[in-house]
Amino acid sequence: MLKLENLTKRYNTGDLALQGIDLSIPNGQVLALIGPSGAGKSTLIRCINRLVEPTNGSAILNEVNLTKLSSRALRKSRRKMGMIFQEYALVERLTVMENVLSGRLGYVGFWKSFLRRFPKKDVNEAFRLLDRVGLLEMADKRADELSGGQRQRVGICRALIQDPDLLLVDEPTASLDPKTSRQIMRLINELCQERGLTAIINIHDVLLAQMFSQRIVGLALGNIVYDGSPEGLTPEVLTKIYGEEDWSATIEKVDDEDEEV
Amino acid sequence: MNNVSKTLYPNNWKKPPFIKRSWLRWSIIIGSILYLIAALSSMDINIQRVLEGIPRGQRFIESFFPPNFSDNRGVVWEGILESIWMAIISTVAGIALSIPIGLGAARNLAPLWVYMTCRFIIAASRTFPEIILAIFAVKLFGFGPFAGFIALSLGTIGFFAKLLAEDIENSSPAQAEAVKATGANWFQWINYAIQPQVMPRMIGLSVYRLDINFRESAVVGIVGGGGIGATLNTAFSRYEFDTAAAILLVIIGIVMVLEYASSHLRKWVQ
Repeated sequence: MLKLENLTKRYNTGDLALQGIDLSIPNGQVLALIGPSGAGKSTLIRCINRLVEPTNGSAILNEVNLTKLSSRALRKSRRKMGMIFQEYALVERLTVMENVLSGRLGYVGFWKSFLRRFPKKDVNEAFRLLDRVGLLEMADKRADELSGGQRQRVGICRALIQDPDLLLVDEPTASLDPKTSRQIMRLINELCQERGLTAIINIHDVLLAQMFSQRIVGLALGNIVYDGSPEGLTPEVLTKIYGEEDWSATIEKVDDEDEEV
Repeated sequence: MNNVSKTLYPNNWKKPPFIKRSWLRWSIIIGSILYLIAALSSMDINIQRVLEGIPRGQRFIESFFPPNFSDNRGVVWEGILESIWMAIISTVAGIALSIPIGLGAARNLAPLWVYMTCRFIIAASRTFPEIILAIFAVKLFGFGPFAGFIALSLGTIGFFAKLLAEDIENSSPAQAEAVKATGANWFQWINYAIQPQVMPRMIGLSVYRLDINFRESAVVGIVGGGGIGATLNTAFSRYEFDTAAAILLVIIGIVMVLEYASSHLRKWVQ
């Protein structure tokens, strides 16, 4: 169970990115966070694992108040929060295997990680995950040799090998083509179901959000303006989130998609 | 639609000038031209002296030929070996000292006070050229290669730590953030997120610095820091220009080898 209470972030520039967010997400729920650029979606998920320090309020994951933790305790809690990034954020000059294993850094001592001598079960799990996403034979390739979709799969493996309770997913499909985007979203969704993971997925694509999540939260200017089911996204709601626009095409496509499935 | 087609648009477009105010732009241009003219005319160029100097220079260069590799072979060889040894250990020691200072001088890694301290060390090291450092070191530790080694190591810090810090500051924050999010500690974070990004450039720069330190060892030797510079200095003061020529050729040869080695290495590690 993840609970956000009055979570607020004001940047040094004075911009109020989050204006007291209250949100609670039960275990196993996949939630899509939508909203225009600058609405505070990235800030929101980064305030949970404190890559961005929240100004006020609290984020409570399984009874632990993350905002109060010391830096050592925070590192320990970060192990339980896997993160998947826009533009993949793989370390490009490291091999695929090193990138996946870097997800275990929080569990392994410095010298072991420095010498790349990870415990046998971690290595085994890394191979298993790579096989699950179809990249087993790529283990020794350098990350910058892979295509966008493949890189994002490696990013997913890196997050999952942490054995997380919570997945924080930031625009996973922003730099992928439409087909790959769907495959990646489907994969994230399947893995969440398999492992009963809670996930917050920031996403620009309203269609994908509707297809692959159980609940949608709309953010505008640092406030929650919609919280409900994917079916509840009417043109009125979208206007409230994004502003005035002709939404009929977006809604229509969703209907087509449903018929196909 | 009709309205748009009736509007007349200009056919000419000029790139807006870098300095918008025209009086400022012109006074800077005219001012710099005037200063250049004044500076040139204040330098006293004595044609007579230049003309006299040309045949002297010719005789001087002629006395370099043919280079004499044989007469002082033992001394030259010793000097070269000492210079190579000085260059290698001062590069290694200098880089070893540069790594912590370079990490501390990267604003995205270090808190402000560490950053300021490390930047100060770098600035101090960069203020003094190797020859000044060598004069200090010779005064402190006496003549010989140890003084040269100290001077070159200190010189390496200013060069290497600065470039390392800048490379770290230019590294991708996304990759750094991703590794941090896994719960890695600070050393793991440096090892997994920062090191892979800066490594190729650092290897290239190390060989480049080795090359610089070898060349500088010739200069440092002239003020008493040992190495081939000392041998070169002796040759000059004994008017053994043919031996000096041989030494210079050897230095050029070694620098060229290092040059090729570093460009190959850079391509290979990319």
